[in-house]
This record gives sequence, structure tokens and C-alpha cells, in this order.
Amino acid sequence: MKRTEVSVQSLENMAKNCRRSIVDMIHKAGAGHPGGSLSAIDLIVALYGTQLNVDSNNPDSSQRDRFIMSKGHASPAVYAILKEHNFLNQSDLDGFRSLGSVCQGHVDMKWTNGVDFSAGSLGMGLSFGIGTAFAAKMDSLDFQTWVMLGDGETQEGQIWEAFMAASYHNLDNLHVIIDRNRIQNDDFVNVQMEIGDVANKVEAFGWSVREIDGHDMEAIVEALQWSMDTPGPSAIVAHTVKGKGVSFMEDNPSFHGKAPNDAELTMAMEELV
Amino acid sequence: MSAPSTGGASRDGYGAALLNLADDPRVVVIEADLGKSTKSCLFRELYPERTISLGIAEQNMVLVAAGLASCGKVPFASTFAIFTERAFEQVRNGLARPGLVAHICGSHGGIHTGTDGSSAQSIEDLALYRTIPGMTVMHPSDDLSATKLTEELLNHPNPSYTRTARNKTPRIYDVDTVKSIQIGKGSVLKEGDDVAIIAIGVMVHKALEAAENLRSDGINATVVDMHTIKPLDTKLLDELANSVSGIVTVEDHSVIGGLGSAVSEYLSENNPTKIRKIGVDDRFGESGDSEELLSLVGLTVESIETAARTML
Repeated sequence: MKRTEVSVQSLENMAKNCRRSIVDMIHKAGAGHPGGSLSAIDLIVALYGTQLNVDSNNPDSSQRDRFIMSKGHASPAVYAILKEHNFLNQSDLDGFRSLGSVCQGHVDMKWTNGVDFSAGSLGMGLSFGIGTAFAAKMDSLDFQTWVMLGDGETQEGQIWEAFMAASYHNLDNLHVIIDRNRIQNDDFVNVQMEIGDVANKVEAFGWSVREIDGHDMEAIVEALQWSMDTPGPSAIVAHTVKGKGVSFMEDNPSFHGKAPNDAELTMAMEELV
Repeated sequence: MSAPSTGGASRDGYGAALLNLADDPRVVVIEADLGKSTKSCLFRELYPERTISLGIAEQNMVLVAAGLASCGKVPFASTFAIFTERAFEQVRNGLARPGLVAHICGSHGGIHTGTDGSSAQSIEDLALYRTIPGMTVMHPSDDLSATKLTEELLNHPNPSYTRTARNKTPRIYDVDTVKSIQIGKGSVLKEGDDVAIIAIGVMVHKALEAAENLRSDGINATVVDMHTIKPLDTKLLDELANSVSGIVTVEDHSVIGGLGSAVSEYLSENNPTKIRKIGVDDRFGESGDSEELLSLVGLTVESIETAARTML
């Protein structure tokens, strides 16, 4: 099934807006995770723009597609796209991480319209997605479940419990996107615990896998459709750049979980025009 | 020899309840390999399309339950009590924190589990789950009450943890008396003015036996099956504190954090009362017959009697 037709140019423009939102809200909060938000945002923009069947006027519809953001620290990327799709407004984003805000530090379904999962502890989202995918089948609903994982997150054993279970149960309504940005909290992934050829590993667990450049919008859109058209559970390993779009954050482990200061905000915004 | 593993253990009551709940299409049963032990296998045999086997993967199981719950299902997930602990953080962060309602059953709880040895004898599960905001925590005393309490979970507004026992113990209730059991309301099994014995799980029948022995010495004991440890029946605790000279708590669980702690926490602040806690002292178990093990750690009728006498 082919979903929404949107031009690559309009997706790229939206991604730029989202990048500005991401950097701005983290700067305002004085805390947050810019690196993994910026690496993931092109993928998220394409997913919401071309595949995800969600409606801000009916955020709790039982038939909505689910987006499970397992790498919940990249919450600014989710809040940015939810603003573009009218689930949140600018003042919501301005409250990011402040007391009582609907934009909690890590994405939380209890607090935010349009968020389907409470993340923050890595390794749990794919299992949750198995639950929603099973529920769809039991109720004969055709909604899809999309799960985004971080590459560092695949160091968690539970992820592999879930990969094994999803293919065993042939959950063809379950889709994974791995943001392979090669950096985790402390350092590069290959310094902390190299995960190696993660595409090959996921494939060995019974999934169909495709590798793409996670910043090539055309390739992303095409891969998302491939995932929809592929029988059985399917995963996209998206090779990305941590901090993509802000030169001094790119490939820089120190911007995994650090807010830009005032001068850095100015520099970043000059680049994101 | 351990007691028979089938017929009358509280885990059998759990299995029976799942069958009784099956008419509700929201009910989904989830297993991490041990369905034959927890007795969810009974549901699986009749309703395979609503039973999900996840293999030996408890962390995955808890989040699958959470995902199902987010779509309106009422998942019942079970494994050994001790192995639910492996997924404690999943229960905390993935299930209870977002306010999703799924029900975890940990079978083979306590040192009473027997010959499998200390690795299988969860004596800290009730303490762990009691710390999670909004979590209901239960430990029924026989098969009939396990069935009733599990059935009550169908429309319960909170996630829950229920510990069941592997081995058969004498029935506390019959088909009529069990009807009055409710989540969060302690069951007064015997009334007496001198001392109160509050017990859970496999220790309830020993508490009743101790009360019988005390009566022959002219000591009248109230006996309560406090099957719900959280939310705790504080109204009943106040009534007891106001009417008896002291309270003995009895549990096949660590004295740290379980029933005795819960009762002490409430009464020490609200209605100071003499309390003696009988449970597993700060130690692990070992292999052995259920009764041998209970004796080894001091979970005996005699120790309940002795503690009760110190209250007079």
C-alpha cells in the first residue's frame, strides 16, 4: 500500500525547520540531547510525511499508526515533528524539560498527545511495538507499528529478545528504523562496545533488512515504502551523522547530551537557514 | 518430598481464573516458557490465538504486555516470581510509569518453593513491587482465593503483581466464603481480643493453627489473611490496633520490605502498636522440602505462638 505523496523538497524544508526547533528547545532548556535528535530527524520527518497515519484531531484513535521512539532521549526530534503536524505548539516546545511541561525530558505517552510510548530507559521500545503489532492482528486492524532504535541501544539484550520474538511470530505490521549514528553517551559506539554489522545481525534474527543513507531524503522515502511492501518484519539501518546539520555538533560525542550555549546557538542557527 | 504440585496450590487457582476470564476478548495471556508451571497453560490450550509465547525472555514479556495494554488489551503475563524480578525495571519504567494496566503473576514464590533451591526462592518480590507507585501487590493463601482475586483484576484500574505458590497448602476458603474476598480488603478469618496474627500466602493456615493452639491456653487471637499487601487495608489495621495488645505478621518473604514492613510503616506513624515480624531473616534459602525449609528459617506454628505470647 502506498501512503502519502509528498515532495522530497518539502520534506527537506520541514527537516530544516525541525532542526531549528531541536537546537532552540535544547538551548532554552539548558539541557537535552541534540546529537541523536539531529541524526534521527530526517528519518522521522519522512516517516510522518509519507507513511504515518496519525491525526492531531484524533490522537487516540485505535486505528492510528504507532510510532515508538525507543531512543527516548531524542525527544526534541519527536516534539519538533509533533509541532509540524499540529499535535504541539511553540509554547509547548518552549517548555521542554520544565516543571509541568507536556514536553518531558524523555518522550512520555502519559504527558504528550501523539506520543505512543514512554521511553527513557533504553532497550524497551521494540518489545512494546511487538505488543501493539500483536494487538492490531488480534483486532484485525491494519495499523502499522514503526519503532526507532538507536544503534548504541542495540547493546541492550532485550532488543535481541524482541528481534527474535517478532520474526518468530511473523509480525509483518512491525517496522524498525535503526539510527546508526555511531555515537553513544560516553563515546563512539566502537569504543564503548562495537556492535559491528548490525544489519547482518538483524537479518540473522529473521528480519528483512535494508541499509540506507539516513540523510538522503529520497532514499529514506523509498526505504520506508520498501518496508511497507516487504512481507514479515523489516528493518532499515540508516547510516547517519550524529548532530547532522550543525557543523560543530557533527560526529562529536560531546554533543550527545549537552545543550548549546548562547554563542553556539547563534552559530547553529546561522547554519540552519 | 514436596507436597503435590497440582490441585489446590494457589498457582492452580490462577490458571483456573484465566479460563473464567476468557469470555472477555480483551484478555490476552503471555508466557515466558513457564506456562506449565504458572498454569497459564490451561488458557493456552483452549485459546491459542490469544496466548503469546515469548520464550525465556522476561524483559521482553513485560513490554509486550505494556504494548498490548496500550491498545486496550488486558494482558496477564506470568513466570516464576524470581524471574519477574529480572524485569523489575521494565515493570517500573515500561508498565507502571505510563499508567498501563497489565497483570504480572509470579508463581513459585517464597522459600516454600522447595527443592529447586535458593535460586528459585523469591523472598523479595513483594518488597520490590510494593515500591512502584500505583502498583497493586497480592499474595493469595489458597487456590480459591487466587482465582477470586485474579478474576477481580479484569476491571482493576492499576497494574498488578500477584505471587502464587508452587505447592499445595490447606484450603482457607470454601466456594461460599471466598465470594467475599476483595482486592485491598483483608479477610478476617478468626476473631479474638488478645492478639492479632496477620499472615499471607502459605503461612495463613499456620497462623490459623497457631490461633487454635493459643485458644487452648486461653489466648484469643484474631487471624487475618492480608492477601493484598498494596493497597494495604489500613482501616482494618486501625481496628486491630485499637482492639488487641499486639500484632504478629507472618510471611514466607524477607522481613525486609514485605507484609511486616508494610504493616509497621503504617501503624508506627498512625497507630503505634507492638508488632513482631515473622518472616525470612536477612538470608537466602537452600534445597529442601517445603516444611523443612520453613522450619529452617523459623516459619513455624510454634514461632507464631511464641511471638503472640510476647504480646500479652
